[in-house]
Amino acid sequence: MVKKEYLDLYYQMVVIRRLEERAAELYQQGKIGGFLHLYIGQEAVSTGIISVRRPEDRVITAYRDHGVAINCGVSAKEVMAELLGKATGCSKGKGGSMHLADVTKNFWGGHAIVGAHLPIAAGLALGDVYQNQKAVTICMFGDGATNIGFFHEALNLSKVWNLPVLWVCENNKYGMGTAVERASAVPEIALKADAYGMKRDQVDGMDVMKVRQVAARMIEEIRAGGGPQFLEVFTYRFRGHSMGDPERYRTPDEVRKWQQDDPIGIYHNYLLEHNIATEDELQKTIREAEEEVEEAVRFAEASPEPAPEDLFKHVYVSETC
Amino acid sequence: MARLTMREAISQALWEEMERDPKVFIMGEEVGVWGGTYAVTRGFYDHFGPERVRDTPISEAAIVGAAIGAALVGLRPVAEIMTINFAFVAMDHIVNQAAKLHYMFGGQMVLPLVIRTVGGGGRQLGATHSQTPDAVFAHFPGLKVVAPGTPADAKGLLKAAIRCDDPVLFIEHATLYQLRGEVPEGDYTVPIGRSKVQREGRDVTIVTYSKMLDISLKAAEELAREDIEVEVVDLRTLRPLDMEPVLESVKKTNRAVVVEEGWKSYGVGAEVAARIYEEAFDYLDAPVKRVAQVEVPLPYNRTLEQLALPQVKDVVQAVKEVL
Repeated sequence: MVKKEYLDLYYQMVVIRRLEERAAELYQQGKIGGFLHLYIGQEAVSTGIISVRRPEDRVITAYRDHGVAINCGVSAKEVMAELLGKATGCSKGKGGSMHLADVTKNFWGGHAIVGAHLPIAAGLALGDVYQNQKAVTICMFGDGATNIGFFHEALNLSKVWNLPVLWVCENNKYGMGTAVERASAVPEIALKADAYGMKRDQVDGMDVMKVRQVAARMIEEIRAGGGPQFLEVFTYRFRGHSMGDPERYRTPDEVRKWQQDDPIGIYHNYLLEHNIATEDELQKTIREAEEEVEEAVRFAEASPEPAPEDLFKHVYVSETC
Repeated sequence: MARLTMREAISQALWEEMERDPKVFIMGEEVGVWGGTYAVTRGFYDHFGPERVRDTPISEAAIVGAAIGAALVGLRPVAEIMTINFAFVAMDHIVNQAAKLHYMFGGQMVLPLVIRTVGGGGRQLGATHSQTPDAVFAHFPGLKVVAPGTPADAKGLLKAAIRCDDPVLFIEHATLYQLRGEVPEGDYTVPIGRSKVQREGRDVTIVTYSKMLDISLKAAEELAREDIEVEVVDLRTLRPLDMEPVLESVKKTNRAVVVEEGWKSYGVGAEVAARIYEEAFDYLDAPVKRVAQVEVPLPYNRTLEQLALPQVKDVVQAVKEVL
């Protein structure tokens, strides 16, 4: 990695953090509707994993998708415009927070039915195998998704057909407000991969460099034809499940304890300790990230609403065929 | 033109499309080595190989979900759900994913996907294996729902469905596979979303589709012997629904009967009757009559099952009631 790459990871994490802090404010002002699930605290997970994908590798995730979109190269402008429901949003204002996507960046969404995108991920990989592409599909989901049938059907199919999928479980300890131990018969989620004869690993998701290292190895093993693998990432969301979560299921002490392991702080210290960047350089990077987010907010607010006739666009590619 | 069974017509459509386009492939339970539980894909596995005729686990959500994913990246999967009764366990992927991804992501995702499945009662398979829930699936914008009633339409509509860039649920009928009819050879397609007059008549319009087309045509024969000339309009596609031939017919006959195999409540007949009332009320000389399955889970016992399903005599009687 060259210095620019290190700083770019830092930049992406700060953009995600700042973009979501601004989104929370805009939500409270009533400018963002529906649900808003913040990724704050989990930035190192998608930043680390997606930093080692090749352009042909596909990414698909659940509804906590703002960070993944940014890491995949969707601009902060298009993300913010989508949150505001504008015509310039990456899904043209039809999808909202939970349904970001940009297939030109090989980012296949933002899916809001828990676990339903896992079989779709298997299909993306099947498409690549069928067409002799050496691409890997990276499918991210929460701990809660590992208890639904879709998860088991998708993992089974991926192994039976030797599909090139990296299954990434972001274990942030709670499925909405229900702790993993209260919802999963096997609280050590990575063990579920054993049921499907799948190679697995676990990693500290608060440390972007560790995530990156493990993901790089797994993705290349999968690309070499080794079949699907399963990665459990230990992480924590600093905010509620979505806006308006009363957080009765955890204590402020627990949250404070995890906040000491802030993924941006850990990486900040890493860059300083390894003499990769100076404090001034990091502060400059933060200012640039903040400016990009502010520009995105200005862009989104100034963007047009979808036209009324857009209501009927894209129900079908063609009414008759 | 050759006289083919429905099974042969569907099989021919699939075979020709797979020969024509290497992106077309089949996946589903027992489609390969077994040859299809209704023998539609017999011989495909040996000819096209295991990559293009893919046996899956009994895992309907994975079948439809993976077919969606493969379609998103440019393939043209034909996913088979062994019977429509099993489609319920893939319901999320059919109505919540396939029907919505194109719209919800602003048009950037395209799914040229066909889900072939088989519905209908009359084979003593009991309540969970005998349903005709076509209307349930036709409820969702974004999905196209096709249910042919003749071998020619089956071939032409299936080929059109495979070439279509939208997700299509293609519903065959379990008791129609032996039905014979003239089928055009070679590259024959029938546009999705077009109803068709299958028999002309001046007195009463019957609106129907799938297996009930066969029942309705038999009723029309019987009625013709009493000098009652029935016009039979075959919907062929339930969504998008083409009401034009129906309305034109009703404006001519001024009377309508809707015949469907599914339950009457909230069904295809309810939809078609409402549209006739909304758009051709002034032309009606009698209330629209609905013939449908009685509102019970289908029983196993043959006599009871047949009592629950619409019969030729029920259609004859309904036509006489609107005259």
